[in-house]
Amino acid sequence: MKVIYSDVLVIGGGLAGLRVAIGARQRGLDPIILSLVPPKRSHSAAAQGGMQASLANVTRGIGDNEDVHFADTVRGSDWGADQEVVRMFVHAAPQAARELAAWGVPWSRVRPGDREIVANGQRVTITERAEAAGLIAQRDFGGTKKWRTCYVSDGTGHAMLSTMGDRAIAHAIPVHERKEALALVHDGSRCYGAVVRDLTTGELSAYVARATVVATGGAGRLYGVTTNAVICEGMGHALALETGVAPLGNMEAVQFHPTAIVPTGILVTEGCRGDGGLLRDVDGHRFMPDYEPEKKELASRDVVSRRMEEHIRKGKGVKGRFGTHLWLDITLLGRQHIEHNLREVKEICEYFLGIDPAEQWIPVRPAQHYTMGGVRTNHTGESPWLKGLFAAGEAACWDMHGFNRLGGNSVAETVVAGMIVSEFVADFCQRPENRVDVPMGLVDDFVRREQGKLDLLLEGRGSESADALRSAMLHVMTEKVGIFRTGADLAAGVEELQGLLVRSRHIGLRHKAPGANLELVVAYRTQKMLKLALATAYGALQRTESRGAHFREDYPQRDDRQWLSRTLAFWRGEDDTLPTLEYEPLDIKRMELPPGWRGYGAKDYIDHPDTAKRAAEVERVRNEMAGADRFAVQQALMPWEGMLPPRFRGRNERVGEGRA
Amino acid sequence: MSENTVTASHRRLTIRVLRYNPREPGSEPRIQEYPLEEGDGMTLFIALNEIREKQDPSLVFDFVCRAGICGSCAMLINGRPGLACRTQTKNLGPEIMLAPLPGFELIADLAVNTGKWMRGMSERLETWVHTREQEVDLTRLEERMDPELAEQIYELDRCIECGCCIAGCATAQMRPGFVGAVGLSKIARFRLDPRDARTDAEYYELVGDDNGVFGCMSLLGCQDVCPKDLPLQARIAYVRRQMAKQGFTRG
Repeated sequence: MKVIYSDVLVIGGGLAGLRVAIGARQRGLDPIILSLVPPKRSHSAAAQGGMQASLANVTRGIGDNEDVHFADTVRGSDWGADQEVVRMFVHAAPQAARELAAWGVPWSRVRPGDREIVANGQRVTITERAEAAGLIAQRDFGGTKKWRTCYVSDGTGHAMLSTMGDRAIAHAIPVHERKEALALVHDGSRCYGAVVRDLTTGELSAYVARATVVATGGAGRLYGVTTNAVICEGMGHALALETGVAPLGNMEAVQFHPTAIVPTGILVTEGCRGDGGLLRDVDGHRFMPDYEPEKKELASRDVVSRRMEEHIRKGKGVKGRFGTHLWLDITLLGRQHIEHNLREVKEICEYFLGIDPAEQWIPVRPAQHYTMGGVRTNHTGESPWLKGLFAAGEAACWDMHGFNRLGGNSVAETVVAGMIVSEFVADFCQRPENRVDVPMGLVDDFVRREQGKLDLLLEGRGSESADALRSAMLHVMTEKVGIFRTGADLAAGVEELQGLLVRSRHIGLRHKAPGANLELVVAYRTQKMLKLALATAYGALQRTESRGAHFREDYPQRDDRQWLSRTLAFWRGEDDTLPTLEYEPLDIKRMELPPGWRGYGAKDYIDHPDTAKRAAEVERVRNEMAGADRFAVQQALMPWEGMLPPRFRGRNERVGEGRA
Repeated sequence: MSENTVTASHRRLTIRVLRYNPREPGSEPRIQEYPLEEGDGMTLFIALNEIREKQDPSLVFDFVCRAGICGSCAMLINGRPGLACRTQTKNLGPEIMLAPLPGFELIADLAVNTGKWMRGMSERLETWVHTREQEVDLTRLEERMDPELAEQIYELDRCIECGCCIAGCATAQMRPGFVGAVGLSKIARFRLDPRDARTDAEYYELVGDDNGVFGCMSLLGCQDVCPKDLPLQARIAYVRRQMAKQGFTRG
């Protein structure tokens, strides 16, 4: 058996994993990255629209700062987020954008002087400041008070990933490509690395490390229609869940993006609406202002997606060849803008729809887009249940998105979490007590166990078809665990998924090759995905309220009294067919921003008994400190600075304001 | 807004795949034929997945984003390098020939190891910004950049490393060490970037030979097949002029 040693094993070569590895290397450690695909092909590349960081360089961003970004993010999360983590994130985000600028990302820059934009269907002229000339530009995105989304044309994720991937090469960080982690090696309290399968040869080996970091992205492929790449199957989530000790947080929180093209689910960026694009119905009517008079097309994604589906239910959808849809109209932005700033959108429209978006409307409908749930960690990125196991990015729930993530906050999270978590990982590795005495017997057992599972699939007598089980799962998730949920549907869905999970233990393969074998990969991933599907569906069934992206038609109110809590899903027994759920309360008494109305969506919610008291206390502190600087007020309300690694604590400079 | 019309009957396609798995004992290169009923809006991504699922579980190929942005699925489509995921079958005849991208290590069937090739190229050409300072104070305002220049850099940064330009390049087929349009356009990109401290003399060390910019025969194959329509030929010509100047100054 081959054993490969490193200080830090990073599973996943997207933006988060690359940045963690780079940070570890900068601290003098030896990381190894495992990746299913060459890192630059990771799904991070698909983040078209931009990265939120409160640089406040553009005119419409003036006044933006950490406080505004914080409030937008917490409101967006429907108060599900960990507010201290959000504070760490919003503070480090400008630094992450600037780091990428120094490393070579060709951020779009501020052009001083007048320019014409489209806002609320009207052409208006705005003037960019001379003093901001050449600084990183920001665009408008949903759910934000200020223009905060830094962008590289509409290839932001691609440009970030390309730079980050090259930076990892500059640091000579080894990336073991076409390798898949099948299981974490652990003894119930300490994680020692992973059992890894070579996707070309089928060979298993053990990767032993002081710290193991899951940075595998989301699990969009649990759904039939998703914007996610085909590799986003939640395998990092499954690694943690299958330990039996490390839980996943908030798996029922699944984001549906309003504008996926029909029928393939390929994303067209929120930048389309940010730049002034409109949603129209079968009559060509712009319907969003009827539902959301304030934010219109730019309410948060959960709200816009629900409004779209609601409108379709009223019979206002367009019946197309590939199913019902609505229209995204960007024709009003003009050809110049589309061919310049939305070129990826134009290419997608040409290649996949055969239309010209400067002339024709784009058929869109909400599709699964983002997994708010993930490996539950504390603010350092470490699982409190399994020492040495860390997670960062979409695969993690540390938890800055709560029940709904804002556009532009995920690609920002990848690099910010990568920065922050890499420091904590390095601290961990450098503590003498965390040196690994490798229990080789344990490593051996884990490798043998995984080999046994593969052998059973390849040589066993199972008769179930992996592909058939997979498509049945996709159907259940799409039909019963989608945008609108009910207790009856969810209960039926859970039961069906349990049946599929039991059947998945008897999969038989037609193709028996141990090496490059896509059927084998579908088989073992489907077994794992069914557990994630159950964590999602069962969590959704138990949560009898509506919060962010989790919407229960039978419980339409957000219920802070009962449900201001994070769901933890454990998979305790290997033969279980349901996760064990526990709940972790969110403490209002420590919140800087007590629960309230988000500013869009329903105004209807049930207060927690502590809310009024905390709101009064916050109000009192703000009044007493009137005139004090915003940092002092913030610190009085919810101190968090000590949680951030020291090198990121400095105050962020902004043009015209210095470091105020 | 006109709706697409419903197609009543679908074509019968014949998809032929050049198959070979060098790691499988007894495997020989061969062409295998798959009959398939065309569907509305069918791409080669949909077609190949359907074949694997319904006809032949042993077929191997690579897809990741299925949206034309990640560069995983480049292959020879009727002899021409292209991205399979965004190729609609309706734009092809009823007989479609698929083969792995030449110039790269074969994994199996249609999957090739572009990742290894690209990493080797990146290490050799040092495709990263060589910064002047070790540490930048990240809390300070970022360095300014001319907006047009940023756009020009992005224009060259749009490369998805799919490998089509290598497959379409005569030099690359003859000379395995040739860095190709993908490598040379990266040199153009970093040379354009004021954040990169390297001089032409240093770039000359990297690409001033026949495996670099002087290996290009200007056949334009790279630009013809680039799925992102990068202005490769103009950029290579530009790098060549600069490197030729550099060569002369060296005498």
